[in-house]
Parts: sequence; C-alpha cells; structure tokens
Amino acid sequence: MRQVLEIVEREGPVPVEEIATRLGIAAAEVEQSLREAQEQGILLHYSALINWEKGEAEKIYAFIAVQASPEHGSGFDKIAAYISRFDEVHSVYLMSGMADLMVVVEGEDFREIARLVAEKLAPAPGVRDTATSFVLKTYKMEGEIVTEEPGNHRLAVTP
Amino acid sequence: MSGQRFVAQRMRAVPFSGIREFFDLVMAHDEVISLGVGEPDFPTPWKICDAVVEALGRGMTSYTSNHGLPELRAAIAGDIWSRYQVEYNPAAQILITAGVSEAMDLVMRTVLDPGDQVIVPQPCYVSYVPCVTFAGGEPVIIATCEQDDFKLRPDALRAALTDRTRALLISYPNNPTGAVMARDDLAEIASIAVEHDLLVISDEIYAHLTYEGTHTCFASLPQMQERTVLLNGFSKAYAMTGWRLGYACAPEAIIEAMVRMHGYTALCASTIAQVGAIEALRSCEDEMRAMISEYDQRRRVLVKGLNDIGLPCREPKGAFYAFPRIEHTGLTSKEFARALLLEEGVAAVPGEAFGESGRGYLRCTYATSLEQLQEALRRMERFLDKLATGDVSLEEPAPAPI
Ligand SMILES: Cc1ncc(COP(=O)(O)O)c(C=O)c1O
Repeated sequence: MRQVLEIVEREGPVPVEEIATRLGIAAAEVEQSLREAQEQGILLHYSALINWEKGEAEKIYAFIAVQASPEHGSGFDKIAAYISRFDEVHSVYLMSGMADLMVVVEGEDFREIARLVAEKLAPAPGVRDTATSFVLKTYKMEGEIVTEEPGNHRLAVTP
Repeated sequence: MSGQRFVAQRMRAVPFSGIREFFDLVMAHDEVISLGVGEPDFPTPWKICDAVVEALGRGMTSYTSNHGLPELRAAIAGDIWSRYQVEYNPAAQILITAGVSEAMDLVMRTVLDPGDQVIVPQPCYVSYVPCVTFAGGEPVIIATCEQDDFKLRPDALRAALTDRTRALLISYPNNPTGAVMARDDLAEIASIAVEHDLLVISDEIYAHLTYEGTHTCFASLPQMQERTVLLNGFSKAYAMTGWRLGYACAPEAIIEAMVRMHGYTALCASTIAQVGAIEALRSCEDEMRAMISEYDQRRRVLVKGLNDIGLPCREPKGAFYAFPRIEHTGLTSKEFARALLLEEGVAAVPGEAFGESGRGYLRCTYATSLEQLQEALRRMERFLDKLATGDVSLEEPAPAPI
C-alpha cells in the first residue's frame, strides 16, 4: 500500500493499470489499496500543487501562531475545530513550542486576511493571542522546489 | 589542412563508436524524445555537490596520491565488504580512476602482452573491444543471444578458449541488454576460469541497478578474488557521470602495475570528484535507492509497452536499458533507428553499435521520465502502423555537408 500511496501523493490520480504495471502487482491489488486508504481516511483527496505566485490570480498566505486556553477533557480540540471551519483557513496544526496552534490561511490580499484575524480568530472564545506572519516568497512547497527552472544538460545519445 | 598524415597507422583501424555516428544524426533534429542516453536523468544528489562546494572552500584543490584519497579507498573497501563480504586492502588493492573507462584501459594495457586474447561476450559496452585492441591484445567475441537471456554460456566460453586466451571480460548487469547473471550462472564460468587460469575482468558499474534478486560480485565466488579485476564507479548508481570517477580492485601486483601506468598518464583522479564520491558512499544510500525504485517502475512500463506494441522484449533485470527485437519488421536496426528518428522523433540506439550480435535489436534507455517514455511508446506504435501500411520512406538522405 505504501508504494501505491507514494505514487498518488506525488502524481495525483494515476490510472490503476499504470500503477499496477509500474509496481509489478495486480490491478486489483492497487484498487484495493486505494479503496482501503480512502475508507480509513488515509487518502483524503487528490489535488494539484499550484504555485500561485506565478499564476494570474494572486493568492497570499499567512502563518498565524495562536495561543489558546485549553479546556478540561478536550484540550485544544474544540478551538482547533472551530478555527478549521473558516474557508480561508488552509490548515490547522497543534504545535509543540511557542504556539499552541499554527493556522495557515490563504486569501486574495492582505486586507482579507487581516479582517479574518481581527474579526474572527482573535476574538474567538479560547484564543488568547495571535501573531500573524505573511508569506513573502515561496521557495519550496509540498516537497517541490519552486524557485529553479528545471535544467537538462544531457546529450541526446551517450554510451 | 587535415593533418591526416600525422595520425598513426594503428588509429585507422579503430572507427568511432556506432553510438557516436548516430549521435550526429540525432543532434540535427529538434523535439526528439531520446531513449538513446546511457546515463541517469537525475542530477547528482545535492548532498554530494554540497560536500564538494564545502571542500573547495577549504581549498581541497591539490593532487591526491596516485592511488587516490586514502579515505575514499577505505570507504570503497567498506562498501564492498558490507555488500558482498569481499575484503580488499585499501592500501594496496584499490585504485581510483577517471571512471571505469580509464580503469578498463589501464587493465588492458597492464595485463596484455602482444597477441594475448581477451574473450568479450557481446552485445557489450562500446569501449571493450577498442581497449583490448589499443593495448595490443586480440579480442575474441562470443555472441550471446536472446534465447539465453543474453547470458554467457559456459559451453560458448569453452569453445572460445585457445592457448593464447589471457582474460575474460564480463559485465553484468549488461549494457545494452540489461542481462544479469546469478551466482549459479557465474559458478560454471568461475570453474572454467580456474581450469584455464584466466584473469576475469568484471565491469560491475550497474551492480546496484539490479531489480530482481541480488547482484553477485564476481570476486565473491570461491577462489575468484585472486583472479578478478573488479571495476566499478559512481557514474550510474549515484548519477555522477560527468564527475569521471571509478575504481579498480584487484590483487596487489595488478594494482601496482596499474598505478604505475596511471601515475604517469593521469597522475591521479580528480580530487574534488573523489571528495564527492566519499560523500556518496557516506550518506547517499537513500537517494540511490529512490532513483533505483524510479528506474524499476519505468522499466516495467517500457518493457510492457514495447511488448504491447509488437516489439518483443525480454525482461531486463538490471542496468537501465530495454533491448527489444525489431528484426521481424523487415528493417535492419540501423534502418529502424534512423526511420524512427526521422518519422517520429524518437531516438534509440541500433543494437549493432554494441556488436554484431546486437543486429536486429534496439537499445532503449529508461533513464528518462515516465511521461517521455509513454510519449515515446505512443510514437513508436504510430511508427509501426506506418511501417505496416508502407508509409515510411527508408531512403538514406544525402549526407549533410560538413
Ligand atoms: C558497461 C559500462 N561500463 C563502463 C561505462 C563507463 O563508465 P564511466 O563513466 O565510469 O567511465 C559505461 C557507460 O556507459 C558502461 O555502460
């Protein structure tokens, strides 16, 4: 299953037959791995990796370190679930270290994100403090280096 | 102005390799998908480059000993021991060279007396026969064939022996066939080597690129280390072709003779390349494994694809080449390769570039991206359709003005 997931993680919805050929296993086995991974919530969905800095529509990202007050019994789960509901929120993590939660938000411009923080996150019940850092430039995302043009220096025919 | 009269007589007998000839043709075309490449499509793992940049900053820019950096030789000895349980003394039995290419030339020039015969199974890498010839030896070719999965048959080896046979040159996994020879296959070869006191030169540059079973190091067979020259390098497994780094492991007297020649003709291998190789052995096993896993997936796609479009291809178990048969198309492999290039912009090397017995086959590299492989397969299928309907012109174009 791991090899199958590694392929779709990098390449998205590759046809089952192709995965089977590449790994030298039966198509049925690939199908089963994918189905099980979906059922178990391991494989969530397929998406594309887009470098919006190069695209036409601008998108900007901010990392928001959130200090929150844990609750008895559930810790940070409730506040994290609350924050997760906003569409602008891209991901939410429970952290060790300086912040309790790390919230990644995306928006069309600075104002949109500023409004979200000022009007929604900071006043949310349980949130004690927020520190917002905007992404200025992306060098690497999701394992992909995005600042370099791929180069191929090989000659077309070599021994 | 050509200066031809200054070129030695003996050089006239050695043509450019068949690959080189085809290369010129390919370079004249744009938009070519090349399955003609004999090197990884990955860049050298970044850690290796970083280690070298750091070493340059420290001023690691002088010569090394003729043998090569002691630390690198120790790392190679450790690597061979841990993989094959063969023990080489890094002080006296290992020489660092400018690739397997230099090592091959050195071995031939140090072990052959005029007229000594070297048995060379073909199809094989293009440098073997010229290296034997340059050294004044006489290559004796054994044709291996598809029915035997391109392995060397013991009876063929016996039949090729004469009282002038000095050495046997083998290379598994093989370029261009992808053939491997398992321990059992090699055992019989080994006993013939003992019977006839042959030196065995084993080019194991594709050893790590073995996809089924494990690679058998020839020197690991009983009694073989004392009569084996083991050649390997960093070009393929670590994606370091342009660094020019390889090595030879052999009994002291052979290494000693090779070092003498190497000391005068090359002095030492590139120092910074040696630094890179140390880093490769120290920290790049995972990176190497990741590349191998990619090749393995592409291998299956290419082999299945070739068989599906009607170019029969046995499963290559090592290296990064598929060697499909094209004989039944009615074209020679040269005609096929040329027409495929002109009609569909796919470059692959005609099998006879690797010896007569490669006639009727094509070498297709899978060290290229899956998308490129899939596109190449689509184009090849279209080409075969055109061929079947007689839509392909096979006329040789007039040679381009030089
Ligand atoms: C079988 C074989 N041996 C040796 C070489 C040359 O290797 P190096 O780069 O170490 O000189 C090649 C390169 O294609 C090869 O295929």
